[in-house]
Amino acid sequence: MPKLDFIKKVLVIGSGPIVIGQAAEFDYAGTQACRSLKEEGVTVVLINSNPATIMTDKDIADMVYIEPLTPDMVKKVIIKEKPDSILPTLGGQAALNIAMELDESGFLKENGVTLIGTTHSTIKKAEDRLEFKKTMEKIGEPCAASEVVNTVDAAVEFTRTIGYPVVIRPAYTLGGSGGGIAYNEEELRDICGNGLRLSRVSQCLIERCIAGWKEIEYEVMRDGNGNCITVCNMENLDPVGVHTGDSIVVAPSQTLSDKEYQMLRSSALNIINELNITGGCNVQFALKPDSFEYCVIEVNPRVSRSSALASKATGYPIAKVAAKIALGYTLDEIPNAITKKTYASFEPALDYVVVKIPRLPFDKFIHASRALTTQMKATGEVMSICTSFEGALMKALRSLEQHIDSLYTDSYSKLDDEDILERLKKIDDRRIFVIAEAIRRNIPYETIHDITKIDVWFIDKIAILVEMEKRLISEELNEELLREAKRIEFPDNVIAAFTGKDVSDIKNMRKKYNITAAFKIVDTCAAEFEASTPYYYSCFGSESEITEPSTHKKIMVLGSGPIRIGQGIEFDYCSVHSVWSLAANGYETIIVNNNPETVSTDFDVADRLYFEPLTPEDVENIVDIEKPDGAVVQFGGQTAIKLTEALIKMGVKILGTSAENVDAAEDRELFDEILEKCRIPRPAGKTVFTTEEALKAADELGYPVLVRPSYVLGGQGMQIAISGDDIIEFMEVINRYEQEHPILVDKYLMGKEVEVDAVCDGENILIPGIMEHVERAGIHSGDSISVYPAQSLSDKVIDTLVTYTEKLAQSLHVIGLINIQFIVFNEEVYVIEVNPRSSRTVPYISKVTGIPIVKLASQVILGKKIEELGYRPGLQKKSDYIAVKMPVFSFEKLRGAEISLGPEMKSTGECLGIAENFNEALYKAFLGAGINLPKHRKMILTVRDEDKEESINVAKRFINLGYEVYATRGTANYLKANGVQVVSVNKIEQEAPTLMDLLLGHEIDLVIDIPRQGEHSKDGFLIRRVSIETGVTCITSLDTANALLTSLEHADKSHLSVLDIAKL
Amino acid sequence: MKTYLILENGMIFEGESIGAEREVISEIVFNTSMTGYLEVLTDPSYAGQAVVMTYPLIGNYGICRKDMESQKPWPDAFIVRELSRLASNFRNEYSIQEFLKEYDIPGIAGIDTRALTKILREKGTMNGMITQNIDRDMEELKHVIASYSVKGVVKKVSSDKVSEYAPGDLDTDSGIQIKRHVAVLDVGTKNNIIRSLLKRGCKVTLFPCNAKASDIIGVKPDGIMITNGPGDPKECLDVIAEIKKLYDSDIPIFAICLGHQLMALATGADTHKMKYGHRGANHPVKDIFSGRVYISSQNHGYVVDENSLNKNICVPAFINVNDKTIEGLKYINKNIFTVQFHPEACAGPKDSDELFDRFINMMEVR
Repeated sequence: MPKLDFIKKVLVIGSGPIVIGQAAEFDYAGTQACRSLKEEGVTVVLINSNPATIMTDKDIADMVYIEPLTPDMVKKVIIKEKPDSILPTLGGQAALNIAMELDESGFLKENGVTLIGTTHSTIKKAEDRLEFKKTMEKIGEPCAASEVVNTVDAAVEFTRTIGYPVVIRPAYTLGGSGGGIAYNEEELRDICGNGLRLSRVSQCLIERCIAGWKEIEYEVMRDGNGNCITVCNMENLDPVGVHTGDSIVVAPSQTLSDKEYQMLRSSALNIINELNITGGCNVQFALKPDSFEYCVIEVNPRVSRSSALASKATGYPIAKVAAKIALGYTLDEIPNAITKKTYASFEPALDYVVVKIPRLPFDKFIHASRALTTQMKATGEVMSICTSFEGALMKALRSLEQHIDSLYTDSYSKLDDEDILERLKKIDDRRIFVIAEAIRRNIPYETIHDITKIDVWFIDKIAILVEMEKRLISEELNEELLREAKRIEFPDNVIAAFTGKDVSDIKNMRKKYNITAAFKIVDTCAAEFEASTPYYYSCFGSESEITEPSTHKKIMVLGSGPIRIGQGIEFDYCSVHSVWSLAANGYETIIVNNNPETVSTDFDVADRLYFEPLTPEDVENIVDIEKPDGAVVQFGGQTAIKLTEALIKMGVKILGTSAENVDAAEDRELFDEILEKCRIPRPAGKTVFTTEEALKAADELGYPVLVRPSYVLGGQGMQIAISGDDIIEFMEVINRYEQEHPILVDKYLMGKEVEVDAVCDGENILIPGIMEHVERAGIHSGDSISVYPAQSLSDKVIDTLVTYTEKLAQSLHVIGLINIQFIVFNEEVYVIEVNPRSSRTVPYISKVTGIPIVKLASQVILGKKIEELGYRPGLQKKSDYIAVKMPVFSFEKLRGAEISLGPEMKSTGECLGIAENFNEALYKAFLGAGINLPKHRKMILTVRDEDKEESINVAKRFINLGYEVYATRGTANYLKANGVQVVSVNKIEQEAPTLMDLLLGHEIDLVIDIPRQGEHSKDGFLIRRVSIETGVTCITSLDTANALLTSLEHADKSHLSVLDIAKL
Repeated sequence: MKTYLILENGMIFEGESIGAEREVISEIVFNTSMTGYLEVLTDPSYAGQAVVMTYPLIGNYGICRKDMESQKPWPDAFIVRELSRLASNFRNEYSIQEFLKEYDIPGIAGIDTRALTKILREKGTMNGMITQNIDRDMEELKHVIASYSVKGVVKKVSSDKVSEYAPGDLDTDSGIQIKRHVAVLDVGTKNNIIRSLLKRGCKVTLFPCNAKASDIIGVKPDGIMITNGPGDPKECLDVIAEIKKLYDSDIPIFAICLGHQLMALATGADTHKMKYGHRGANHPVKDIFSGRVYISSQNHGYVVDENSLNKNICVPAFINVNDKTIEGLKYINKNIFTVQFHPEACAGPKDSDELFDRFINMMEVR
């Protein structure tokens, strides 16, 4: 069927800010789909509140609205743009929900907008728990038996019919709090009672426990004609019980026979036929390991994280095809872009193994529970491709950049066997290392399997890796052994460590025996058809398919690896734009990255894509083949910067700012010299290595001081110490990993934080704008509300900022991007950090000023001058609009994580509020972050002694907004004494009713709880956690509270405007 | 033990021996299925050929004899990148290594199967030798290898006598009521063809490939099924002559794969050898009449020539979406339809399973 005629203008809804469970994959899918729609001559209107995305660029969509993703705002865009259709299947759950609401209210019909890519009944049948169950029963597809209960007795009664164990899931609690698995009635009564109390609607779902079954997923496509295919299936190494987003996943499935594979495949097709899906869909199954029994766990009638993974794993562009299907095409009409000989109705055949490992944020939240459950906790993931499972696993492990390149870690070597068996019971991110340790001690596979339920096939593969460790330790390293070690992807440094040799010895030996990486093509068809798509992976012991590398001028762009807190999607934005800009300037581009969720790893972004770990050895393999004319490292975050030295050693020219100058910005002494030369002040500071030195430095500087390792991103390990005890604690945390570089101890100044991104061509600089933070210094810039243009800086301060930026960029000989963070304290400007590379704010400032910074920086790197590019150097004219960047957090997903903000970054994403005036922009930013107040007009306020005075005004302003303010005794007495009418409430440990009872009454809108730096009071922590877990907004800084007040005081939803930023 | 694969063009791959340690010359074909190696091994259509699996990890779930598609494995040799040293599945009985040894199938592992596949794709299907000894005159050896051709394989795989099947056999439910009687002409049948008929309430009489049409018609079947099988269809002159007689009877006929080719030849059409064939579980075929696309299991190296079709006798009913080759024929004024692909799946998707229902509906209920 050809394209449907009536579709001329489509509204695409994005997925909003990056949060755990909804990350870059939707930017990848959205970008691909928008391009696919435009290819067909369709006008694309886009709405997404996330400015760090590529899909919100004006070259991806025709009209771009960076507005809060609420039904009201989407309505406004529809009224303004009058699209004929709306495509909601690319923006995750958020987009589907909005589309449903607009459809149900009749709004779409009234405005002549057709829902494409899905239907109302499809979404309803897939998303509504009861409807879904009914539909599955109708077509005979089994689901785990479950029932919604409102009382503990009902739960016990129901469980009698299905048997223990059962899973308890409280309704409307976040992060799976209050849920659990009960093995007997006593546990059920206990967990269910607690769950009902935590649930806002006193409701729990009781479900048959299928933990330990195999978890299998199918990615399926269906067109309007009813043609279906499966793109691929995937098997989770971690059995049911761990969210698939947190599981190690392998594609295709490894332990299913054809009978099981086809049984589940047929079931998946049966389901999408019944749901009448048109587009992509993900079906998750639990398969009982000892029979053909299975249950359908979940269906996602849209693109998802799994579909992004499946697309990258197979080369089949799911989102692109889904968009074409939405326009009316059938699968047999859509050509396969890789082979150009086959069609989208062809099921990919893999001739390699793909392994995905999640990137978990426990390095950021050291106190959070590492337990992996049905609530996803990963912020990102890495994928690797190899011809063996062992090889793919090894490659994925080192792609994680978590200081571990093999399955060996000495964290467990000191434990005795009993402890290891105990540790095996813990399902967390370290389980695979514990399994390896258990194998090292010859604990039988069966024992490991009985505890973990992980299939013995996987255990045996881990054992193969452990056996190689043992061989490397005990045998003489000869050619045969080295070949075998490389075949299963032991990196040279690991081989060196086990054999007691030098990395260079291993490298030389490899040269001698000609043991080199071969590159193979991902072609969707297992070599059955010729493919010209340059999508490569490496393996050893094979023939390389790159026989004649191109002789064109080419540049390698290093990507940013997995999404993690502090290094998010914005770096992929920068990498992709850099690739596009380099290509536009006549260069061939090579991208190296390992993140399956991103646009950069789409096979048609760069001229050649290498899906590889970002380690020196892996990159060198590519360099050896490609011999690039240069490499760009400044766009891929710290991951790429870290490779600079290695690239230079390989003889690759680093384009842009030189490595020495990157070093100068990070090396405290060199940097101090430059500052002195430029006469730029910075807060006093010292460099240290040991705790003793740190204590001494802090004493000399005077508390509070800022402690942090150098060469890190996102303020990792950065803390404000107010006492020697803090120093001791923080140093211990930092020194858990051997530090190559010194640790910095700085005097902490509590001023206003200001941030500047600039492009420098070696002589001149271009500053698109100055951003000011709402929160005072001490809160990481990534976690602060940031305002462009700066609202409260004097002309004198702005002049100083520009001068300092110029001086620093010139002294550091920056060619490309530079990001500088300043503190303005009593009208004096201090520099706190200089990063001669792209930063988190680059996409944001590019979009609100309309100045394509990455494009400019890439051209400058190629030797162009700012003036040649049509810009006048210096600070650019302020935009007519105000843009407020609001951080967004995922605390509810991370049990036990401390939510109070500090110098270490904790947010996972951001959204933007943009409007003609500050108040509206601020309101939109809060709205976009999901803070939609007021609801019940009740709030809790507890502050530190030093904040009490400031809290008077905060309390008054909330009362003026009609809020009832509750405060703990100390705060309450103080406020009352100052004439503020607040209600005193008991602390948790005091008699009831306490703060906790208040929160569990589910009538509180907001908690403002300002913890002391370094506070470890259980009380405050508990309150903050319970608020987050029951869905109450919790603020930990008075600056943020004041901003929220300003926004609420000026809230007038009906007058919110929508702005097409493509026209800026 | 070190083992070599020598192609007729002189290329040598070095690997490790799997299965029987002996020398063999065969025609090398590749299969892209990611699961179902046992079904592939026991598919009689592979008689006379050596199969390369493009998926690199084989043997992961071991061997479950119930999944065998015939009594024994048929390929001359098996070529893989890696055989799993441990097999894991609740139905696993023993390892693929033991299975290959048990049936004396030689093979080679540890070679770059993708590189080999690309050669077969570029140069077309070719012969090869698996051997432990390469210390010999290569030119002479190349000649010996090149002179091999797949011959007489239908007789080899076909059953040698008439046999009867009823519901309850081949793990079907014995409670299924028999409503029809189907005569199956076995030119290399897979068990699941018979099973698919039993499940639908058919009694099956299986005839060997040398059966006379009169004998088949003599049992008064409600329908006739001509199965899949190995080799060049044009070699089966006797069978083709008998099939022409079946065509002339008015009994409904459904034919699969080799059966489909034989029926085409019997009615005047031609077949030719493809460059490297279709072997895998992911081939899209389009039903020309409904526009529906099915993902099918395939295993054929020959194809019916579209230009040779007489429109008064038969018309294409299915085509391959990728290369547009004939995947099925509908015979004019006859209760006959034939398909090149495998609706019985095993290995592969069951998406076109309903073709058996179509066949059932062509027959009168007893």
